Amino acid sequence: MPKVLVDGQSIEVNEGENLLEACLNAGLNLPYFCWHPAMGSVGSCRQCAVVQYQSEEDTTGRIVMGCMTQVKDGARFSLDTENATQFREAIIESLMLNHPHDCPVCSEGGECHLQDMTVMVGHRDRRYTGKKNTHRNQYLGPLIHHEMNRCITCYRCERFYKDYAGGKDFGAQASRDRVFFGRQKDGILESEFSGNLVEVCPTGVFTDKPFLAKFSRKWDLQSAPSICFGCAVGCNTAPGERYGQLKRIHNRYNYDINGYFICDRGRFGAGYVNNAERIDFAGLREEEGSFSAIRQDNALSTAARWLNNKRVVGIGSPRASLEPNFLLKHWLGPTNFSSGLSDSEASAIEKLTKILSSTTANVPSVRQMESADAILILGEDVSNTAPRIALALRQAVRNESFSMAEAAGIPKWQDAAVRNLGQDELSPLVVVTSSESRLDDVASHIYCLNPDEIADFGFSLAEKLNGGEIEDEMVCTAADILLQANRPLVVSGISGSHPDILSSAAMVADTLSMSNKDTMLSLCVPESNSMGAALLRDQNTLSLTEVIEQLDKIDTLVILENDLSRRLGKSALQKLADSKVDIISLDVLENDTLNLSTMVLPAASFAESEGTLINFEGRAQRYFPVFEPANERLPSWQWLVKLASLGSDEKLSGLDCFDDVVSLLASSAEKWSEIDKVAPGQAFRDRGQKLPSQTHRYSGRTAMNASVSVHEPPQPKDNETALAYSMEGLNRDQPSTLSPFVWSPGWNSNHSVQKFQSKVDGPHKNPTPNVMLISSDREGFSTAVKSHKSNGAKKDKWTLIPIACIHGSEELSSHTKEISELAGNAFVALTEAGANALNVSDGDGLLVIDDIDERSLEVRIVDRMADGCVGFSVGFEETLQLIPGHSVQLTKDANWVRSKPLLIATDGASEASFGENLYG
Amino acid sequence: MERVLTRNIANDPKPVNLMAYEANEGYQGLKKAIAELSPLDCESIVKDSKLRGRGGAGFPTGMKWSFVPKGEACSPGHKYLVCNADEMEPGTFKDRLLMEFDPHQLIEGMILSAYTLGADIAYIFIRGEYVVSIQRLRDAIVECYEKNYLGKNILGSGFSLEMYVHPSAGRYICGEETALINALEGKRANPRAKPPFPQVSGLWGRPTIVNNVETLCNITHIIHRGADWFQTLGRGEDSGTKLFGVSGKVNNPGCWELPMGTPVREIIEDCAGGMQPGLELKGFLPGGGSTDFLTSDHLDLAMDYNVIGAAGSRMGTGTMIILDDQTCPVGMVLNLIRFFAQESCGFCTPCRDGLPWTRQVLEDIYNGRGRKEDLETLAYQVKYIGGIGNTHCALAPGAMEPLQSALKYFYSDFEKLIEGSGSHKLNGARG
Repeated sequence: MPKVLVDGQSIEVNEGENLLEACLNAGLNLPYFCWHPAMGSVGSCRQCAVVQYQSEEDTTGRIVMGCMTQVKDGARFSLDTENATQFREAIIESLMLNHPHDCPVCSEGGECHLQDMTVMVGHRDRRYTGKKNTHRNQYLGPLIHHEMNRCITCYRCERFYKDYAGGKDFGAQASRDRVFFGRQKDGILESEFSGNLVEVCPTGVFTDKPFLAKFSRKWDLQSAPSICFGCAVGCNTAPGERYGQLKRIHNRYNYDINGYFICDRGRFGAGYVNNAERIDFAGLREEEGSFSAIRQDNALSTAARWLNNKRVVGIGSPRASLEPNFLLKHWLGPTNFSSGLSDSEASAIEKLTKILSSTTANVPSVRQMESADAILILGEDVSNTAPRIALALRQAVRNESFSMAEAAGIPKWQDAAVRNLGQDELSPLVVVTSSESRLDDVASHIYCLNPDEIADFGFSLAEKLNGGEIEDEMVCTAADILLQANRPLVVSGISGSHPDILSSAAMVADTLSMSNKDTMLSLCVPESNSMGAALLRDQNTLSLTEVIEQLDKIDTLVILENDLSRRLGKSALQKLADSKVDIISLDVLENDTLNLSTMVLPAASFAESEGTLINFEGRAQRYFPVFEPANERLPSWQWLVKLASLGSDEKLSGLDCFDDVVSLLASSAEKWSEIDKVAPGQAFRDRGQKLPSQTHRYSGRTAMNASVSVHEPPQPKDNETALAYSMEGLNRDQPSTLSPFVWSPGWNSNHSVQKFQSKVDGPHKNPTPNVMLISSDREGFSTAVKSHKSNGAKKDKWTLIPIACIHGSEELSSHTKEISELAGNAFVALTEAGANALNVSDGDGLLVIDDIDERSLEVRIVDRMADGCVGFSVGFEETLQLIPGHSVQLTKDANWVRSKPLLIATDGASEASFGENLYG
Repeated sequence: MERVLTRNIANDPKPVNLMAYEANEGYQGLKKAIAELSPLDCESIVKDSKLRGRGGAGFPTGMKWSFVPKGEACSPGHKYLVCNADEMEPGTFKDRLLMEFDPHQLIEGMILSAYTLGADIAYIFIRGEYVVSIQRLRDAIVECYEKNYLGKNILGSGFSLEMYVHPSAGRYICGEETALINALEGKRANPRAKPPFPQVSGLWGRPTIVNNVETLCNITHIIHRGADWFQTLGRGEDSGTKLFGVSGKVNNPGCWELPMGTPVREIIEDCAGGMQPGLELKGFLPGGGSTDFLTSDHLDLAMDYNVIGAAGSRMGTGTMIILDDQTCPVGMVLNLIRFFAQESCGFCTPCRDGLPWTRQVLEDIYNGRGRKEDLETLAYQVKYIGGIGNTHCALAPGAMEPLQSALKYFYSDFEKLIEGSGSHKLNGARG
């Protein structure tokens, strides 16, 4: 390893890195603002200045920026020489000229990088006596609060939003000491990654708006390592709690998956945990249909009547963790268990797992996807179904410019230089989807095909790659691109709801991997534990349709966190409603299935329980309780253990704690044998202590509930995990899976994450080994090739294309106020031409008529849509009964009332409201 | 003395069209180059001429060009030549003269430069306020296309060049070559970090040469008449002639073409007619607003890059601003700092926030609110903002040059203002 001399101390450095990274790796405190480990250097803040000496004889040296200086073996630097320290002080003093010093009322206070750096530099006295510049703030939507006066102009927000995440509606404006970061005019930020501005901003310009409404300081938050429930990517999160409320969610660094960034669904979509519609107590349905709250013991004794000596069937859920799903199956037996996936989902994911366990291609982590130099997306809108993957693909297309930079001798972290050199040169990205996608702007080729055509495209492509005679121009282009790549990546998934698309993607990847062993294949699934639910299925388990068919032979249904109205057709739901079956439902929020139930049991949310989720690649990850469930809520696994113990059945006896459940699962079948290694169990101790989920500065522990009771309650005890609701213990060097928050002396902001990394932007210092539940035997996926070409479009009929929406399609997050505001109305999507043909325009109503029903939906105009197809928003109440691929008729709804655009509040009079007042 | 650059520009000038330009040896250099010289020959002629960039930094043009990858060393694609006509240095008005009255001289120089460099696209990035220059250049370009001096296969040589005039949307910083490139790309006019230099990765990421108007005009004559001839033009160590200007309270402010190495005294006293009656020369900025003050002690220095550099200032653009004894130097510096603070692009901290801080301290002093410690603060700022490498580009260090030299030569004026005994009789700045 090369070495450099810093203030006489020799430090080992990594080839090619910059001096700032080298210093941070060596544990030296060199302050910085504009540099970001994922976004590289631009040299704008000048804060990481050091003095570089040309030789041993050079005693004066010259000032260079750490972040812009590539380390070379034997180079000599000083951080501590007066020249350097004085310069860094001057920088902070300048940055602070216009800063309002409003730390006490700023929500960044206590986790502010600017505070940390100011203290680190040692700046104390102001010499500037002039006026401070002020700015007008903007309304940026329900998620992000804007406070421009605090800005220190580090340009990170713009670089993240525009350069990294591809946003178009935000950036730097004006010049000199009046640079303004915002939108052209007030309005909701369009990017689905806008929430990262909260963490990217080194101070309080962009803050978490929902959090502001129920604010607590970082040091007062109780946190736990958690996993996002928003989709199947499995981003790691760090939710924080106080006063029994889930306050906010921060990104939790995971080297393989999310790195530093999560999407807005993940960051803001968990507000439902605090909703008034949460179920607090067990409920028993009265004759007239309403529910009465009953105590837990009464509920259980009542439930016993429906469980003992009856045929009980359990329905699991892809949005519940692995453990309760497993317990349900283990307790009732496979023949009385359904995974809770809809039939189409179940068969699609079954095929998907078969592909993953046989493909000859590699199944990449999100980070590995960033290394792809050619990408084919087949029928999956990843920006909406797996947003974090889309962000990774957006980085992957930059590989072309990275290789240009390498050839030109420009280091990868020289962000502006690499972008200037590469300009619009992107690695090829071929997007083959039925409708527009957020990645279209970086795609080299866009093929807009209907799902049948997409599958055919994939099959032809595989044939072409295999040396077949295919003349189709699109296929030949894609084949050339993939064959020329060093690390091609094929991305597909099941959200297109066409089973053959998956098969064709698998064939493309397998064929390609015959000639290129670095071929990657990544397949998306919809829900946080879709994979877990699917893996629990076997040849004996029931499908949901079979459960409905067998209703008259079933006495009792136990439904685990599953709203069946999202998975069953209208007639099946009617059958369920009409049946005499007693239904015990466990869930977090009210939904239509609870209304069909005889008894409702209040389940703890993800923030109040622990469990394991299996992500899209088959990676098992554990989340931990942030706080104790309130009222009579219990984690579902505990309810199931209690229900099972009511009868003589002893299948779930002896399960005293969560670890026992995990052990039982691990011993239940070979494929689960590693599941107890996902995270350390509750017996784990770090230097003799449990890991604190409160910071060591946590305040008011003994007084915070004094307004309720003057008696000081004992701290709740977390008996299930290695974490403690306590300030005691060390938050340092623990296993990666047990890091509830990042903090290090002098580093109060999220930048302290580097103290937990083995090196800057590297893996965790103490990584818990990955547990992958699916590994490929590399036999290759074999499938029959189907041709769909004969299916011509029917006259006057439109084929339904599902359109996943980051806001609104996912069940739980759409119960969060801000998310539902952003989701807007359910919609049908048409191109301008399609809308013209139907004589409608954006915002009009359209009657969507299928064999069973008709419903009126808002028209949304999209840039592209396959011929003869109409998109519909997935997961909205009004569209639950629409079936992808089915044909519908469309006619204009003459009675439709157009919704008014949201009034945007500003701190200045907006033109719109001015006009309205003036002209009525 | 032979006038080279202004040979077509009379004392009461009229614009020179193509016919008139050709009548006075115009486009002979181009025809000669195409007939006799390879691009490599041209490059060595420019190198041998020892021409130094006339935009302010004085970097040897031949050396700058030698960094452009040529032949197989260059990846396939465009190469660009950009003429920096964004003349915004305070006190500078030389390029305008050349463009307004002899546009073909610049265009011929650009065609020759592009031929040398293998550039196939050329831009004239011109200050938007130069509306007359813009129109005359555009007219001249049309004439050139008609004559096949521009366009495809120029005069049958196989060499092709497209040329465009791009009026700038404004900002002083656009004169910085990488900020200019960003502006040309439609981006914010922030300078780029160097390396990589534009010669390797410039406009649209491609090899790019940015040269000043006057530099490119010189190329016309160097190729036509040779390096040896060019070297004989200078009076001192630098070769060629130069447009020198004088502004301030002299009898005859203006712009003259003189040999390099002409002594300052000749320019101020002979050309500009000396100080106005009743005024003494107190100091002067030799090459525009971002150069260090020199004083009457330096009047006999030759206007050569190294000579002026050795005296602690810079030749810059060669257009002097005179400070007389009745004008407050603090006010003059404040005026300049105000300009530079306003023209900061806002990218890096010392410039964006440091210059307004300096401005505020100077305003306090100038308006009688100064404190003793303000002088320490100013010295601190000069060191902090002024160091090369401290900032992202040369704007802020340039802005510090008049201040640091004013503190050196006119310290007592600062002190008097702070003590309340000074007065700024003739205001150099709005108070």
